[in-house]
Amino acid sequence: MSAHPPLFEVRDLRVAFGPGGILGEAVRGISLHVDHGEVLGIVGESGSGKSVGMLAALGLHPEGATVSGSVRFKGRELVGLPRRELRALRGSRIAMIFQDPLSSLNPVMTVGDQIAEAVRLHNRDLSRKAALDRARDLLALVAIPQPDRRLRQYPHEFSGGMRQRVMIAMAVANDPDLLIADEPTTALDVTVQAQIMEVLADLKARLKIGLILITHDLGVLAGHADRVAVVYAGQVVEQAGVDDLFARPGHPYTRGLIASIPDMTRMDDRLFSIEGTPPALGRLPQGCAFHPRCTVAQEICRHRAPQTVQSGSHAAACHFAFQTARGAA
Amino acid sequence: MTTAPALRMIRPRWLTLPLILGLLLVLFWLLATVAAPVMTAHDPLDMVGRRLQPPSWDHLLGTDALGRDVFSRTLHGARHSIPIAVAVVILAVAIGATLGALAGFLGGFADTVIMRLVDVTLSFPPMLLAMAVAASLGPGLWNAAIAMVIVWWPVYARLMRAQVLEVREREHVEAAIASGATQTRVLTRHILPLCWTPVLISATMDLGQVILLAASLSFIGLGATPPTPEWGSMISDGAAQFYSWWVALGPGLAILTIVLGFNFIGDGLHDYFDPRSR
Amino acid sequence: MKHNFNYVDGPPADCQYWPGYRRRTNLQTPGKDKVMTRYILRRLIAMPFLVRGIVTPSFLLTSVTKGDPLTAIVSDRQLNNPEVVAAAKAKWGLDRSLPERYVIYVGNLLTGDMGTSFITRRPVAQDVLYRLPATMELVIAAMAVGATIGISLGVLAAYFRNTVIDHAARVFALFGSSIPVFWLGLALLYVFSVQWGILPGPGRLAARATPPPMVTGFMTIDTLLAGDFRQFLDAVWHLILPAFVLGWAVAGTISRLVRANMLEVLSRDFILTARAKGAGEFRVVIRHALRNTLVPTLTVIGYSFAYLLTGAVLTETIFSWPGMGSYAVDAARGLDFPAIIGVTIVGGVIFLVTNLLTDIAYVVANPRVRLE
Repeated sequence: MSAHPPLFEVRDLRVAFGPGGILGEAVRGISLHVDHGEVLGIVGESGSGKSVGMLAALGLHPEGATVSGSVRFKGRELVGLPRRELRALRGSRIAMIFQDPLSSLNPVMTVGDQIAEAVRLHNRDLSRKAALDRARDLLALVAIPQPDRRLRQYPHEFSGGMRQRVMIAMAVANDPDLLIADEPTTALDVTVQAQIMEVLADLKARLKIGLILITHDLGVLAGHADRVAVVYAGQVVEQAGVDDLFARPGHPYTRGLIASIPDMTRMDDRLFSIEGTPPALGRLPQGCAFHPRCTVAQEICRHRAPQTVQSGSHAAACHFAFQTARGAA
Repeated sequence: MTTAPALRMIRPRWLTLPLILGLLLVLFWLLATVAAPVMTAHDPLDMVGRRLQPPSWDHLLGTDALGRDVFSRTLHGARHSIPIAVAVVILAVAIGATLGALAGFLGGFADTVIMRLVDVTLSFPPMLLAMAVAASLGPGLWNAAIAMVIVWWPVYARLMRAQVLEVREREHVEAAIASGATQTRVLTRHILPLCWTPVLISATMDLGQVILLAASLSFIGLGATPPTPEWGSMISDGAAQFYSWWVALGPGLAILTIVLGFNFIGDGLHDYFDPRSR
Repeated sequence: MKHNFNYVDGPPADCQYWPGYRRRTNLQTPGKDKVMTRYILRRLIAMPFLVRGIVTPSFLLTSVTKGDPLTAIVSDRQLNNPEVVAAAKAKWGLDRSLPERYVIYVGNLLTGDMGTSFITRRPVAQDVLYRLPATMELVIAAMAVGATIGISLGVLAAYFRNTVIDHAARVFALFGSSIPVFWLGLALLYVFSVQWGILPGPGRLAARATPPPMVTGFMTIDTLLAGDFRQFLDAVWHLILPAFVLGWAVAGTISRLVRANMLEVLSRDFILTARAKGAGEFRVVIRHALRNTLVPTLTVIGYSFAYLLTGAVLTETIFSWPGMGSYAVDAARGLDFPAIIGVTIVGGVIFLVTNLLTDIAYVVANPRVRLE
């Protein structure tokens, strides 16, 4: 752990919906951090609050949501920052890419114009031609061939993988320090997924950016993340280095996720999946949020929310953290 | 729209303030249609006062150029405008929906012929067509009504045809045909009952537009004949008496309120059936 | 940095396919402009048939008039004049059967002869041509007003959804579609012209003014061409009230559509992307959202032409605007059948043309549709 403050630090972030938070909290106190050049993976099921949390951190939360807690970027507090200053950060120092590149790009603007816009928003005195030049360089950076021609085309003229690369090009247009990728490969074919992850890895190495990778697929993180935070029902239930996480999963949920990864070497078994479904907004179970689906839940889990247990740089929030479970796959 | 918390609890979501207002307005004019003679003190056709008097307690909306009470003429106007509008819509729906259903159901030659007729009629700007037909038929409110039916029926034909085409493909229709029902039976018992809703909504919303069209025709002189107290012709009189502003005020407000009422109802119906657009 | 992205460029050059195979990437769609031209040609070819569809019913209207078809061609006063009657019979074939009369009518129509107006005693074709620009000027101005109001209201209502602004915009729009156009015109004339004197009265120019030489028929353009700037301002000033009256009605429909479209577009993902790029709200709404709603909005504006033509008839009457609308009204009142039929045909043709232009504009403006 380095001495100076982390690139991006989230402490006890909470996002509530409805007037006065009446509908419930989607994010219930998430804490994590990312350093320069580090890749943090955030993994969780749909509705776990992982995306909402990151959006809220940047001020992109939907209307009617209340955000509290602390989010520090290079030591600067983002929660409560006036909109104008947040806008100055978005797209220049902190960038974000989303899941479905087809719907995430403006269908009636050329790709070149959209990338150029990202550039000119933060470099007001740049001419349109200069911005387009930069856009062309960016397209080349993400290995899109014939960039001159591609600049003038519309998003629907690109394939899925290329579109996502356009999104990445747009995101790194202004050399950001932090890139948040929200399920960047979920909408793509498996073969293309690998390509996109390579592009991201390439860029991370070249531009030394911090990367937050949000996904529901642990397998993707295995090869690309440095550290992983596991999120369930709006809370971080486990945080560790990636190797450590796979070797010694401390939380039953993590164990379940790992077990769910299809294993090609064991073709005879049925696929494992965690029983039950995640809790709906505002309808959390008593005690530990995971206990209805947990294979090793005990009486205490029904009544008391677990504390976080530290084991070196590995943390898990479970009454029985790090205890090898009997019977869990 | 904000309402008192207590009220919010007992009224259903779709019963918004505009909808309530619309219903009240329409109800008022329906009442006027039926009970105008009771609601007004003066006879609409008689000279009951001095000419061109501004509004007073005696004559709430003043008198017109022939000394008739504008207020009672306005209320009595409902007895002419509303039944005509209802008749026009009913006829247009009857003709249009029938032809549309036949076109959609039978397809082929019937469809082509009917839709050609629809397209031709819709190629004309509605007002011009109505004017041309009304002029050819001669003056009178009922001739204007015929003109309006001719202008309006294609709308319902198209609507009904689209509905029939969609419902026709559904499974229960296939089942009915497979079980040996005759064509008529399939059409009337299985397809049509599902097609009514959009036509009904459209018809309700169109009532306002028909009233506007009728008033427009009368304004030009192609509809009601004097001394009938029809709103459009009353406004025309008002235009001639430009400086006596009250003469045109009554009928204008009448048209405004009733069309607004129907529009509110139409909007409310729209929200009821498709609340997503809120 | 070596990348192993497979076939990003297409298969490698040494890949063997059958001779003559041309590698097709998604950059090369078969002549996208060709598709569009074909569409336009198809529509243009269909036009004459549609026009025939207009002419035939219009002609048939003359046969609906009670009694002698003569009354549709010759005015009451002239019926006693044997020369006129004879000339009419010869020209329009009044002795012959209906189909023959139809053919003669179409023949006359093709030479530009629509009969002679009873009221003005001039050829109908000439009358209509003379009055058409005035109506066009009014309708175009009204469309501009209506579109501006409608789009602004729609955007505001969508962005401030379910707030006071939204409701106010809806009520305003609703009022616009509920007020009878002719009454609104009267009311506004009374308030603004008579009472407050801010805006001028009826007519295209001040009462005693001498109009400029007629070049286009558009008073605004002609005054400019004549170099008379003060008259230009006068013309514009006279245009304001009628354009507003006529435009408010369509503003309602347009605003409703724009609101619905904007709501849908604002919920789409690329709006989030734009915000994530650091774009300000104004840019997001105008440059990103509005641009995506422009195409269906354009079509509504185009189709609202019908309503505008309808409303123009009444507006012109109130504002003494010497256009086709007031000509139609005079004709209808005076039972001037050649004029009535002539106006109906011309109105129908204009309507057809505007619909065609709107459809073409839709195809041209939409990059996705263009390539299909």
